[in-house]
Amino acid sequence: MKKKSIMEIITSNRFLQILLSILLGFLVGALFLVIMGVSVGDAYGKLISSVSSVKGFSYVVVYATAYIMTGLSVAFSFKTGVFNIGAEGQFIMGSMGAAVVGILLKDLPKPVLIPLCFLAAMLAGALWGSLVGLLKTRWGINEVLAMIMSNWIAFYLSNFIAGIPAIHHEGNAEATRTISENARTLFGADFRSKLNLAPTANWGIFVALAVMIVVWYIIEKTTLGYELKAVGANRNAAEYGGIGVNKSILTALAISGALAGLGGALQVMGMGGRISIFTGQEGFGFAGIVVALIGCSNPFGVLAAGLFYGALIYGGSKLTLVGAPTQLTSVIIGTVVFFIAISVIFERFGGGLRSRKNIAGRKEAEAKIASEKAGPDGNKEGPHGSENGKEDETT
Amino acid sequence: MKKILAMLLVLCMVLSLAACGENGETTKAADNSTKPADTTAAAVTEKIKVGMVTDVGGVNDKSFNQTSWEGLQALAQEDPSFEVKYLESKTDADYQTNINTFIDEKYDLIICVGYMLASATREAAQANPNQKFAIIDDSTNADLPNVACLMFAQEQASYLVGLVAGSVTKSKTVGYVQGMVSDTMNLFAIGYISGVLATCPDANVLQYNANNFGDIAGGQTAAKNMITQGADVIYHAAGGTGIGVIQACDEEGIWAIGVDTDQAPLAPNHVITSAMKRVDVASQDISKAVKAGTFRAGVHTYDLKNGGVDLAPTRDHIPAEVLAVVEQAKKDIIDGKLVVPTDVKDCPMFNLK
Repeated sequence: MKKKSIMEIITSNRFLQILLSILLGFLVGALFLVIMGVSVGDAYGKLISSVSSVKGFSYVVVYATAYIMTGLSVAFSFKTGVFNIGAEGQFIMGSMGAAVVGILLKDLPKPVLIPLCFLAAMLAGALWGSLVGLLKTRWGINEVLAMIMSNWIAFYLSNFIAGIPAIHHEGNAEATRTISENARTLFGADFRSKLNLAPTANWGIFVALAVMIVVWYIIEKTTLGYELKAVGANRNAAEYGGIGVNKSILTALAISGALAGLGGALQVMGMGGRISIFTGQEGFGFAGIVVALIGCSNPFGVLAAGLFYGALIYGGSKLTLVGAPTQLTSVIIGTVVFFIAISVIFERFGGGLRSRKNIAGRKEAEAKIASEKAGPDGNKEGPHGSENGKEDETT
Repeated sequence: MKKILAMLLVLCMVLSLAACGENGETTKAADNSTKPADTTAAAVTEKIKVGMVTDVGGVNDKSFNQTSWEGLQALAQEDPSFEVKYLESKTDADYQTNINTFIDEKYDLIICVGYMLASATREAAQANPNQKFAIIDDSTNADLPNVACLMFAQEQASYLVGLVAGSVTKSKTVGYVQGMVSDTMNLFAIGYISGVLATCPDANVLQYNANNFGDIAGGQTAAKNMITQGADVIYHAAGGTGIGVIQACDEEGIWAIGVDTDQAPLAPNHVITSAMKRVDVASQDISKAVKAGTFRAGVHTYDLKNGGVDLAPTRDHIPAEVLAVVEQAKKDIIDGKLVVPTDVKDCPMFNLK
């Protein structure tokens, strides 16, 4: 009985599950280190020491900014029942949108240029997201397939744009020009050296934090968020409740795309400064899926998960200094995702009692949504409602 | 439920066992490492720390990054006073982070592999005037007082492989795929075309600019197009795109010529030779210079004379008489009797855009 209760605590507490998964991730990582004959203490010591100084942490924040944004994008789509695997492409489009504006309109003053870059990035990302949404709602094309393909279109489109003479770097580099100083979000050099921050430290993280709160507000406090969640919970019930499902999916994908696009802008205007001609996908969007998963699709969870991911990536980049491969971080992240996925399966199919409870709970929620949605309608069309009621009574 | 519970518990036990085992090993390893450190405590202060930053290709790219890292490793093995480490870059934005990691850890020399790092190197070198840098294949930083630019005479190596191509072609049509059009990259084409024409004056050189260094499929298509047009030897200076070129040549059974490193292992039966740049020698030289206190900023050119470029050591497929021609040309270039053109104007056949 005692053991069962521990299991129940674990299966019922999402936070504990994630913590346990992370712990297991590090254990499996340690296992690989032992097999390779690398000192576990050295490797994990380096990982921790490199992110625990002020400078190290500022690097983590710089890396995390983009991951938090793509994480929010994916989390937002999860909430609405769509799997935004296209965040990668939307991120690329967003960063390219910001870069093009930042390069071509380089003489505009900072307070004008920066919002313009943000706007361009969000529009580009939203466009990329809603294109897929359109394919899905108009012709019922599977969004996952369309998104994976649109990622590659964005990838090559970005390479094409980077090759245009007005955008391409002068001289010997396979990259765009560096965007205007007026479009960069970097902290001042004095401020950076005074606090001993990373040279790429920038205020993009504050934008990400603000966006996080906005996303939370939209999901939790607005009619739009409510409708999107209803569609996510049960498409048919939502439709029955009078919600325009297609419109909701389109809106969700556009917002999700705009979020990823803004992430691209923050990356190029903060840390990057330019976009290289890709030879492989840089993976910011795919990282967003992991971040959203670890963060339970909760905006605040995504913040924590984004910082965790950023710390692993930055700390992991230094692992070769102690003789451990940087790929160790991929092993850890992969294992964490694996165990989180397992815990979901465990929850769904493992405990018979719990799963039944879940189904009951979900049905309840669906019923609630349907009835709440029907509520206001019912008030308007009073007679119909009562008629139905009567019919029920008579039968 | 019970089964899964049991499995999870077993998993936990196995992992915790592994964790225990690993703890034991860790302490052992730590013991081992502390002992020699004590005995060589005096030497530790004089260690020359050399850090290498790769471009996005990573340290196992079978090209530049790998050759340069192997050179540094060999150096550290030969002379224990060198401590060599590398950092891999995954995205364009990582270059600066990695360079700064080495600066923070107070490395004596930072070697940046490839001109992709030119901007990041420039920024870091200007911000840290006392830090020594070396950058491979970039001369735009030659004006800085703390950056050594390690350049290679690509046209000389390309001329030599051009001689081979011109000698072995039967159809009098050879191909060439380039990764990007720029003054530095064009040197490959000019040298190659000049070499081909020196041994086969009425040859036609098909040229293609892939505008990409990482497009394997694109390289394959380009090579197959050339083969359809009759090419029976194809040279590439196109990084990852060139891997596709070599694959296509291997499939179609014609000769391929590799670049930068000895690329024979990619297709042992169809890579006839490679135009090799001794990136390893260059990184060793500059590290030794830092130790000896003779580090010099500005352009360092590696050519046939100082062994910085050459044909790859794998020469089994090259007929002896062709090798003799190559050796003679090599001698002439070193003696200054033969000058390989470096200007597009001296190479009318050049038509890359």
